[in-house]
Amino acid sequence: MAILEVKNIEKHFGSTKVLKDVSFSLDEGNTLAIIGSSGSGKTTLLRCLNFLETPNHGSISVRDTVLFDAEHPEREQEKDLRKKRLRFGMVFQSFNLFPQYTALQNVTLAEQLLAKERKDFKQNKKKIFAEIDEHGKALLAQMGLSERMHHYPHQLSGGQQQRVAIARALALSPDILCFDEPTSALDPELTGEVLKVIRSLADNKTTMIIVTHEMAFARDVADQIIFMDGGVVVEQGTAKQLIDNPQEERTKKFLARYTQG
Amino acid sequence: MFWTVTQALLSGLATTFQIFILTLLFSLPLGLVIALASMSKFKPLRYLMQTIVWIVRGTPLMLQLIIIFYGPGLWFDNNIWSGGTAGRITATVVAFTINYACYFSVIFRGGIEGVPVGQREAGEVLGMTKSQIFFQITLLQMVKRVVPPMSNEIITLVKDTSLARIISAYELTFTGYSFVKAAGITWPLFYTGVFYLIFVGILTLLFNYIERRLDYFR
Ligand SMILES: Nc1ncnc2c1ncn2[C@@H]1O[C@H](COP(=O)(O)OP(=O)(O)OP(=O)(O)O)[C@@H](O)[C@H]1O
Ligand SMILES: [Mg+2]
Repeated sequence: MAILEVKNIEKHFGSTKVLKDVSFSLDEGNTLAIIGSSGSGKTTLLRCLNFLETPNHGSISVRDTVLFDAEHPEREQEKDLRKKRLRFGMVFQSFNLFPQYTALQNVTLAEQLLAKERKDFKQNKKKIFAEIDEHGKALLAQMGLSERMHHYPHQLSGGQQQRVAIARALALSPDILCFDEPTSALDPELTGEVLKVIRSLADNKTTMIIVTHEMAFARDVADQIIFMDGGVVVEQGTAKQLIDNPQEERTKKFLARYTQG
Repeated sequence: MFWTVTQALLSGLATTFQIFILTLLFSLPLGLVIALASMSKFKPLRYLMQTIVWIVRGTPLMLQLIIIFYGPGLWFDNNIWSGGTAGRITATVVAFTINYACYFSVIFRGGIEGVPVGQREAGEVLGMTKSQIFFQITLLQMVKRVVPPMSNEIITLVKDTSLARIISAYELTFTGYSFVKAAGITWPLFYTGVFYLIFVGILTLLFNYIERRLDYFR
């Protein structure tokens, strides 16, 4: 059953249409890879899902609940918007870790702030914070970063920083975790450690959307692939089918550039 | 003689210090307001603020001080500054506050705009509120960016207080110079310099301390 249903999303900046009628759905536990050349609208699509941009048209539903519908843009309370945001996690191309916090604090901060809104927070403060700390440590351990949890971002390599960012995005247990070119800001020798972590998340049936230029990785790890060009979904299908046997001319052209290079 | 000079200089220092502290007290918040206004989405306000900042930063502080002190008396035939020392100090503080607020506003603006948008967005996707994002994430990064240029400006302010002499406020430099005129001795001038050096020295230590405290992150 589809956990995410995206229908007819359009997004313009001024007079430029960046997304045109984008629709797709994603099943729980599956991984979707989005590929496409620069400027095709991949980042904008992820930003729409994470409520960093507001689509001009279309709707987004998670688990059959409509989170966004451009036809019914009720004025939202900040509180409701925040709740909806938590359905999605986001891992940015440039990590965007908080520099003044350690790896562990980066992972636990949002959870701590959220816990302050709990009714039993005052009575159980110590216990709640201890639990959050344990959770954060477990996530960092899962990322292979137990040794580094008290380091500040500038003391970590790019690959380590991105793994902290993944742990941070997982901390609030989003339904769908989005990655925007998670390895493209990294030195080539560091991409492997990040891809390994993402692969293990896929093995554990984390629902993910990954924008990537790593074709071999996409073919291996993703269940579905979408190829975008000029703001439209040109072709979508299962990963192996789309990469090994593309149907559309534009997809073939795009993939040819990658297999040559 | 030494004792007389010391006593006079200490009272000059008191005036200098008064101008310094009051200017800081008023110009820091005013600077923040101007910074926010000059980044406003409302264009007329933004252009107005940017024009004011341009005029204030583009003309000498001494000129501004003279206009503010003598202007009202000449234009309205009514000197709003009471004649005595207090009036002169008030006029100085007003002129300095306007001037320094404009300089500070540029620094604040740089600090605010210098924090990458990605920081705010990372907070947003983690479900933080606007105020949580400001207080937990961006504020400290702004402070870190703002401290070095701010400490420069504040040290300049210490020395700029000597401009108050132009409207005969009895601050430190005026006092030191008075001995040249009255007694024909020059050593009090160097002694005056020592007062400034100690004042600036203490501030430098303070700012170094703050910068070191913020050194743990980049
Ligand atoms: N805030 C904005 N204002 C105006 N135009 C924008 C804005 N954000 C993106 N665009 C434009 O939208 C188009 C799609 O951008 P987007 O970043 O989504 O592409 P992308 O597929 O992620 O590209 P890349 O592979 O380079 O990351 C580009 O032409 C870009 O210039
Ligand atoms: Mg992009």
